[in-house]
Amino acid sequence: MDLTLKVWRQKNSQAKGKMETYPISDISEDSSFLEMMDVLNGNLINSGKEPVAFDHDCREGICGMCSMYINGQAHGPMRGTTTCQLHMRSFRDGETIYIEPWRSGSMPVIKDLVVDRSAFDRIQQAGGFVSVNTSGNTQDANAVPIPKVNADKAFDAAACIGCAACVATCKNSSAMLFVAAKVSQYSYLPQGEVEAKDRVVNMVNQMDKEGFGNCTNTGACEVECPKGISLEYIARMNREYVSATISSEKK
Amino acid sequence: MEFLVSRTFYARGQTGQQLLLGAYSAMNRQIAKGKIQMFSRHEMVELVKVDGKARGIIARNLITGELERHSAHAVVIASGGYGNVFFLSTNAMGSNTTAAWKIHRNGAFFANPCYTQIHPTCIPRSGEHQSKLTLMSESLRNDGRIWVPKNLEDAEKIRSKTIKPTELKEEDRDYYLERRYPAFGNLVPRDVASRAAKERCDAGYGVNSTGEAVYLDFSAAIERYGKEKALVSGIKQPSVEKIIELGEEVVEQKYGNLFQMYEKIVAENPYKTPMMIYPAVHYTMGGVWVDYNLMTTIPGCYCIGEANFSDHGANRLGASALMQGLADGYFVLPYTIGDFLANDIRTGPISTDLKEFEIAEKNVSDTIDKLMSIKGDKPVDYFHKRLGKVMWEFAGMARNKEGLEHAISEIKTIRKEFWENVRIPGDKDEMNTELEKAGRVADFLELGELFAKDGLERSESRGRTF
Repeated sequence: MDLTLKVWRQKNSQAKGKMETYPISDISEDSSFLEMMDVLNGNLINSGKEPVAFDHDCREGICGMCSMYINGQAHGPMRGTTTCQLHMRSFRDGETIYIEPWRSGSMPVIKDLVVDRSAFDRIQQAGGFVSVNTSGNTQDANAVPIPKVNADKAFDAAACIGCAACVATCKNSSAMLFVAAKVSQYSYLPQGEVEAKDRVVNMVNQMDKEGFGNCTNTGACEVECPKGISLEYIARMNREYVSATISSEKK
Repeated sequence: MEFLVSRTFYARGQTGQQLLLGAYSAMNRQIAKGKIQMFSRHEMVELVKVDGKARGIIARNLITGELERHSAHAVVIASGGYGNVFFLSTNAMGSNTTAAWKIHRNGAFFANPCYTQIHPTCIPRSGEHQSKLTLMSESLRNDGRIWVPKNLEDAEKIRSKTIKPTELKEEDRDYYLERRYPAFGNLVPRDVASRAAKERCDAGYGVNSTGEAVYLDFSAAIERYGKEKALVSGIKQPSVEKIIELGEEVVEQKYGNLFQMYEKIVAENPYKTPMMIYPAVHYTMGGVWVDYNLMTTIPGCYCIGEANFSDHGANRLGASALMQGLADGYFVLPYTIGDFLANDIRTGPISTDLKEFEIAEKNVSDTIDKLMSIKGDKPVDYFHKRLGKVMWEFAGMARNKEGLEHAISEIKTIRKEFWENVRIPGDKDEMNTELEKAGRVADFLELGELFAKDGLERSESRGRTF
């Protein structure tokens, strides 16, 4: 396949970036999108230029690193996949492909296609955990019975890989789907229930502090989520948040 | 009556991922309490020893390129395995040996470097562009029959796509595992299945465009399950189509997610045409030597998880890598590290102004300057891929003296060329992914030689080593 790539280049967080055009040829349709980027970088290095910096690690759809906005869609045209799971057979020979980083004020570009997602770390540090010590004396997980339906719902939420495609695709740069998944994952289970009220309030407050936008229920996040996290979790989080702020004993 | 006990609790095929997220959330709790600090986008590039004890590290900030000094009373390495010495493996792209290798270079013993686990059921590579391999579950071998064409001409026709595998008659197929090991058939141990697949492909019977793939065929299982299902559902004299339909339903229930993943990557429907598989490096049992307290031979330097050599011996059983990660981190280290720290209770903070830190930082910055000054004409990946091919051919599944000696001399040549001719664009004081890779490949080029030397020392066949 022969392609024309338009790639966002930005030297660092302070520099002004712009789209650069690179023609590329002889790409196998069996190669993954990131392998195509490897070939591009090999060509750039061979011609004495700097390669395009992009985040990637597991290359099997579970680490959430490959944050590329391809032809105006988070992770490209296929649904339910990350960029590393996208193959070149999804594109036509001769096509022009636009490749950009995630765009969100709360996730600034570090270099080229690499963005700073540490806001997600800080949201999880605000409450994305269960207050149990892990030093080897925890009780048997099966000692507390959990209804299957709750365990399944918690697991569906736990499938979130924190890739931030939801933020990138949202016109409001909202992180609600991510935060809702993390909140629900714990509050569905008895171990996380005791601190559910504090958790939802603290995580939502941190989300606001990081500057993420609000949810206007357009549902784009659900469509782009590589793990199929449902919009229902946002509704659930809102209910939890309202109930927590009304009924909390804390001031 | 049958009593079945699950050897492993699985979590929807994301067991490891969920354990990782669990550990990460437990870590977040400690960060929130102010007990620990996280340094993301940092890489450990050197160990600092003071009076023979591990007292800190030099880290490189991967965004600014700055070198940082971090001091402590003890150092714990938990940096995973070195399967990427083969270039292609099922490991994540960022997995590397650098942290483990740095402590080895500082005097920590390394044990069993050549113990590598090679999984028979991975998705084959599709060409030179391949950057990593994906593991399919071992469980597929329960129901799939492994075969290659009996005749070289048929293999050639399949590779050039002039015939389809489903068109090949039963008598023209070689179910080589069933033929060679009638008692075990397709369920021979992983190492036997892996070696046999490579042997058949090396002999010219491979079935994809690279010639490095064998078939894993579910049609017999689909038919068998279909007949059983028809019988229990009371369908009398079912048609062939009905049997296949029912059989595919059963197979989907068992392996649906795996078949889906395969179809995403290969763009072929494994219900209708046999799946293609090939062995790939998955885990390294060898690593830094540790005692029962998980301390290396450097006092105060600990090494846990896949980075160390313990627990597995020459083989590794299913889920035991996850077991080791949890056992080392949750159940062993919290209780053993105190034994060392107790003697340091009056030591007080370790200053990062000590000359040991200064020397270590200077060494690191000299190495970086040296790498940046080479300005050769080959990218880092060129050397990494060459190293990987040598490792796979001569130090992989089946090894012999000549091959390993050849590997050792080849690795030395590649290493020499690397240090003379690698090209790293950009600067050292910014985010520079090529510089990061270069440092890691430089370490792989040293580890690879030790790996081959270890193989040469062993004349026995043991576990993964043949």
